[in-house]
Amino acid sequence: MANYKYHILICGGTGCRASKSGEIVQNFKNILKQENLDNEIQVITTGCFGFCEKGPIVKILPDNTFYTQVKPEDCEEIVKEHFIKGRKVTRLLYTDPEKKEHVSDSKHMNFYKKQMRIALRNCGFINPENIDEYIARDGYAALAKVLEQNDPQATIDIIKKSGLRGRGGGGFPTGLKWEIASKNPADQKYIICNADEGDPGAFMDRSILEGDPHSIIEAMTIGGFCIGATKGLVYIRAEYPLAIQRLQIAIEQAREYGLLGKDLLGSGFDFDLELRYGAGAFVCGEETALIHSMEGQRGEPTFKPPFPAQEGYLKKPSNVNNVETFANIPVIINKGWEWFSSIGTEKSKGTKVFALAGQINNVGLIEVPMGITLREVIFEIGGGIKNGKKFKAVQTGGPSGGCLTEEFLDTPIDYDNLIAAGSMMGSGGMIVMDETSCMPAVARFYLDFTCEESCGKCSPCRVGNKRLCELLDKITSGKGTMEDLENIKNLSQVIKDTALCGLGQTSPNPVLSTISHFWDEYVAHVVDKKCPAGQCKALKQYIIDPEKCKGCTACARNCPVGAIKGTVKNPHEINQELCIKCGTCQAKCKFGAISVQ
Amino acid sequence: MDKIKSLADLKKKRDAIQGSLNLRENGDNSESMIQIKVAMATCGIAAGAKQVMETLIEQCSSKKIDAVVTQTGCMGYCYAEPTVEITKPGQDPIVFGHVSVEKAKELVEKYILNNEMVEGIIPQNYQSIDK
Repeated sequence: MANYKYHILICGGTGCRASKSGEIVQNFKNILKQENLDNEIQVITTGCFGFCEKGPIVKILPDNTFYTQVKPEDCEEIVKEHFIKGRKVTRLLYTDPEKKEHVSDSKHMNFYKKQMRIALRNCGFINPENIDEYIARDGYAALAKVLEQNDPQATIDIIKKSGLRGRGGGGFPTGLKWEIASKNPADQKYIICNADEGDPGAFMDRSILEGDPHSIIEAMTIGGFCIGATKGLVYIRAEYPLAIQRLQIAIEQAREYGLLGKDLLGSGFDFDLELRYGAGAFVCGEETALIHSMEGQRGEPTFKPPFPAQEGYLKKPSNVNNVETFANIPVIINKGWEWFSSIGTEKSKGTKVFALAGQINNVGLIEVPMGITLREVIFEIGGGIKNGKKFKAVQTGGPSGGCLTEEFLDTPIDYDNLIAAGSMMGSGGMIVMDETSCMPAVARFYLDFTCEESCGKCSPCRVGNKRLCELLDKITSGKGTMEDLENIKNLSQVIKDTALCGLGQTSPNPVLSTISHFWDEYVAHVVDKKCPAGQCKALKQYIIDPEKCKGCTACARNCPVGAIKGTVKNPHEINQELCIKCGTCQAKCKFGAISVQ
Repeated sequence: MDKIKSLADLKKKRDAIQGSLNLRENGDNSESMIQIKVAMATCGIAAGAKQVMETLIEQCSSKKIDAVVTQTGCMGYCYAEPTVEITKPGQDPIVFGHVSVEKAKELVEKYILNNEMVEGIIPQNYQSIDK
């Protein structure tokens, strides 16, 4: 075996691949060969590093050099400078946005300092297409331990005591779920992995499957053993081709090693996995709808009970867990429940992966201990708001969650605190909004999504959300009345109380939370017919300041609808009825005479 | 490919391949490791630093020493190339000059493993700015 001096880790997640990380890998391999260094330096494609904002990421070990936004043509310089001459390529290093200094290695980056990676432990570290690297990191050791003990209840007890709760959003205790499923006798049971991840802006499940697929296989096998299921099914959306490909490779490799199939590790326990593809419907994240979709039926939820643990896939007891939940299992078994339950808050143990998105400097995937504050996440790890703007709100829990304002910045994040604050954990999407976001428009955006994704089975969701969306349309177009606001509140409450499944029951959340936190903004739309954030097109007015206007005619010449009138060297005027609020005039004015009101 | 049929098989497999990931694991925990830096500027390479670095990597892995071996640029002691800086956790770095392949082996054997001082220390005559 060659003694490598350096390892080059290149992110092979979907984001970085889209910006040519595949080509970077090839370039490195070619150049190293030319320079006769291919026996000294190993090139490895890994899963996501989480720092998607600055991809593609190239990390060099053992010195932890963290190169960002690397282009395929930069490879030669990295090889010649870093490896041959021993000098870091400064221009590719990460620059601290506040200090404007280059950060030489990942240990000094704020982005990583506060993170604690359990579910993402192998992402950005191992080659997900190589089972050996997973085994070298204690992979399948938890499975071996569980099988050797041969006591499913003991393992369930470990998971129960660890305090692990479902990471898909509901936060149901995982150990308890397994226990219920294990106690229902049947000739065949199923363990199901929910990899449907429909929450817009969340991509942790995809990244785990892409970066560490074996951890899911191992955890599902353990879960199968605990509840007495010999078959596992992964319900994954077809829009995740890379995750599917890596999972398939991983399943093949596990079978070759005998870690899937008959008589695992000589224990007599048989287990195998199959993939089921979903068409990417939000409602199929709900477990009953997911099961129906896997059975080949319409992805519609049904009333619970019966719970899947009683009557699930093909009417057999089934247990559904989310990808991130599974990713925690092997670590809990290897390191013990005491270790896991020492992390986090009283009722929410362990860590949570969040997908940071929106108006934030460091867009990416992070894993933090429960109980961290939003301020630490947004301002320390996330690097603050883009372009020095002011923080306004953060939407957690996606379309089912709510928005949290400045007053919650110091609240420790866990399942219960977020619910108490009027939002929810959800799958961990975190969309940060700055002062230029219009809250009624944000609420309308999410509602539009739920209307689109509603399966149509129950009328509160099908009709109620549609009407709610129409009412919000009225508000954002300046036609709303105070009575509409009351109706919005009432209707939201009715939908929450009467919808069949989680999708409908939570869909009015963004509306209710924005109404309670930003009531003034709604009133401004209704009474003053103004959008304080200046986002609602219908309420915008472009106005020319006659003092500043020099009469250069640039605006009038460029207006696509001829709404600006005026003569040369005299102040111009905009006809508000004709104006389509495209903003061209403002962009063309050289004197800053046109403002939005 | 051989099947893994028992816990013992799995452990055997893990031990056999763990070494290949050591470099990455060590990079992750570099504070708690012995750090060895080999000056690899033109002067160092011309004096044989490459072979010295290879020897150090080889010695550390065969003797199972938790150490991170990296290369750096010119340390300025061009008269004493190849130069090697060794930092044990919690101790000040020590720079050794005129490190041949033989000397490298001696450094590992005596200084790193037995904590004995070895001749050839270059007195530190600079202050580093990140302290």
